[in-house]
Amino acid sequence: MYQGLSPFAKWVTYSLFSLSPGTHLTSALEFFLYEAPKVLLLLTLVVFVVGVVRSFFTPERARSFLAGKREFAGNGMAALLGTVTPFCSCSAVPLFIGFVTAGVPLGVTFSFLISAPMVNEVALVLLFGLFGWKIAAIYLGMGLAIAMASGWAIGRMGMEKYVEEWVFATEEAGGDAMPEEQGMSWGMRLRLGLDAVRDIVGKVWPYLLAGIAVGAGIHGYVPENFMASVMGSGAWWSVPLAVLLGIPLYSNAAGIIPIVQALLGKGAALGTALAFMMSVIGLSLPEMVILRKVLKPRLIATFAGVVGVGILIVGCLFNLVM
Amino acid sequence: MKIEILGTGCPKCRQMAEVVRKAVEKSGKDAAISKVEDIREISKWKVMATPALAIDDEVKIAGRVPTVEEVTSLLTP
Repeated sequence: MYQGLSPFAKWVTYSLFSLSPGTHLTSALEFFLYEAPKVLLLLTLVVFVVGVVRSFFTPERARSFLAGKREFAGNGMAALLGTVTPFCSCSAVPLFIGFVTAGVPLGVTFSFLISAPMVNEVALVLLFGLFGWKIAAIYLGMGLAIAMASGWAIGRMGMEKYVEEWVFATEEAGGDAMPEEQGMSWGMRLRLGLDAVRDIVGKVWPYLLAGIAVGAGIHGYVPENFMASVMGSGAWWSVPLAVLLGIPLYSNAAGIIPIVQALLGKGAALGTALAFMMSVIGLSLPEMVILRKVLKPRLIATFAGVVGVGILIVGCLFNLVM
Repeated sequence: MKIEILGTGCPKCRQMAEVVRKAVEKSGKDAAISKVEDIREISKWKVMATPALAIDDEVKIAGRVPTVEEVTSLLTP
């Protein structure tokens, strides 16, 4: 599918613009012309498939599955369900209320809320497309592990008193308010897939192109081993710095991965790049602001702290073993 | 007929409001559309995903933006 792209990128760069090979500009331009269409195609395909898959999962189903589950096993299942259940950060609050009032333990709820944005299908497929299955698998495994462990740790801390009181005063959610959408037709599921493409691809393409452009700039202009000194495995402080930098930076996975790719290409260590990416997509300020409506500041800080430490450990571990 | 749109004001909630407005126009029904944006009010409806659509106090759709045709058929049972 991408076989035609490389010659195309070369042709535009060298013939159409008649630039000479070997300069910063040509190197950056060729990178951009090859990566941009490739990533957009891949993204469209995957978002469509995931949109259809998600039509089989609803938050109501996830909740009835998780209610009354024990910690540990519950954390694991919540992390897995978080990846496939449709979720948008603007629904985080109603989802949180729905879960805890139905008896899903707080820590298990957090496992779900952590994995839903962090283990992201867009990120997974882009990593697969750009770096191969090993890095994609590492990301998936580590993302799930962080969601499980962080949720479990928050559950152990007994933080229930830091949930706003009115949440538990909400009358118990017995049974579904809404009749489940049973027997959704395939036509409807396919429409949901197309909706997802329009929605997600329509929203992220400027970020994606901007991300690839920044990546192309780094690819063309930043010297080969520049990042090795700042983000290489030799610098112990690089992982904490990457995590801290990632929290206020809020981007979707599609925008961040081309940058990660370029950083890696210039000698940044894998663990550092991965930590940076997870922090950007998994810990976002806007989501914390939204969650403030149901969580007291102390619990939000704990949530950010525990997840941040989890990402930190994963990043450092990778730099040690790779 | 009473129509309520539940959502905290995200882009999808606005899309849903637009779809519902068109559907009401098309069906010619006499319906009062209102938005419920306060999260405590929304949580009383027991929906876990926004935007959601309630017709005559019954939640019909949650977590996605429906098409105009879909809403029209809900309006004229």
